[in-house]
Amino acid sequence: MTMADVKRVLNARLICGEELLEKEVHSACGSDMMSDVLAYVKDQSVLLSGLVNPQVIRTAQMMDMVCIVFVRGKEPDPMMISLAESCGIVLMTTEHRMFTACGLLYENGLRGGGMPK
Amino acid sequence: MSDMAFCYIVPGDDFTRAGEASADVKSRLKMLGLPTDVIRRVSIAMYEGEINMVIHAGGGEAEVRLDNGAIYMELRDRGPGIQDLSLAMKEGYSTAPENIRSLGFGAGMGLPNMKKYTDRMEIESAPGEGTTVKMWVNCPGI
Repeated sequence: MTMADVKRVLNARLICGEELLEKEVHSACGSDMMSDVLAYVKDQSVLLSGLVNPQVIRTAQMMDMVCIVFVRGKEPDPMMISLAESCGIVLMTTEHRMFTACGLLYENGLRGGGMPK
Repeated sequence: MSDMAFCYIVPGDDFTRAGEASADVKSRLKMLGLPTDVIRRVSIAMYEGEINMVIHAGGGEAEVRLDNGAIYMELRDRGPGIQDLSLAMKEGYSTAPENIRSLGFGAGMGLPNMKKYTDRMEIESAPGEGTTVKMWVNCPGI
């Protein structure tokens, strides 16, 4: 699916990165622990998180992720938005909780992707 | 390429800035056209190291060199040092304070992760004398 599909499925509000919405994404992960994202994630393009601080953007950047969805209606601050824009990362926010958001994306074809060796 | 080096001061008083050095290294390695997998492994290992320096040691210095077929990273701090290195290398063991966990780190994955993503890692540390972490990611042809 595209990131525009992610936005539609989650009834999310786009925060930045509109020009990138037509890019395809194939896998996602959901976590509030960035340590775990860095340790266990491989080749996922979308990060769902309820954590809101600049290290969420940095973590996604290091992992080559292209989209962050903040769950439970969380909102990034202007510094985070500016950082995401400079990294070419799409930000959106959804009112859904983590479990529901992950379930909706899974139901619509997004998968968990591989595990690192 | 083999004589290139990048040096950074990692500020220890601002968690929001942690990762700036790793992001800069990532962008420089991309510009050099190195393989994506190599860049990602370097970025993750250095980012974990940077976060560790901010959490545990009040910042430090980082140096990255393209060195004889490998990307070499050296992270030096003057923090409290590591009391028990073998314990620190265990997944899930952490001495990070609770406020760091609320920021998404401190799960005891930092050092194991750095080892996992690099081809070689050496740690020099003594209580009260700080820590130096040396890491290599192989990249034939540089």
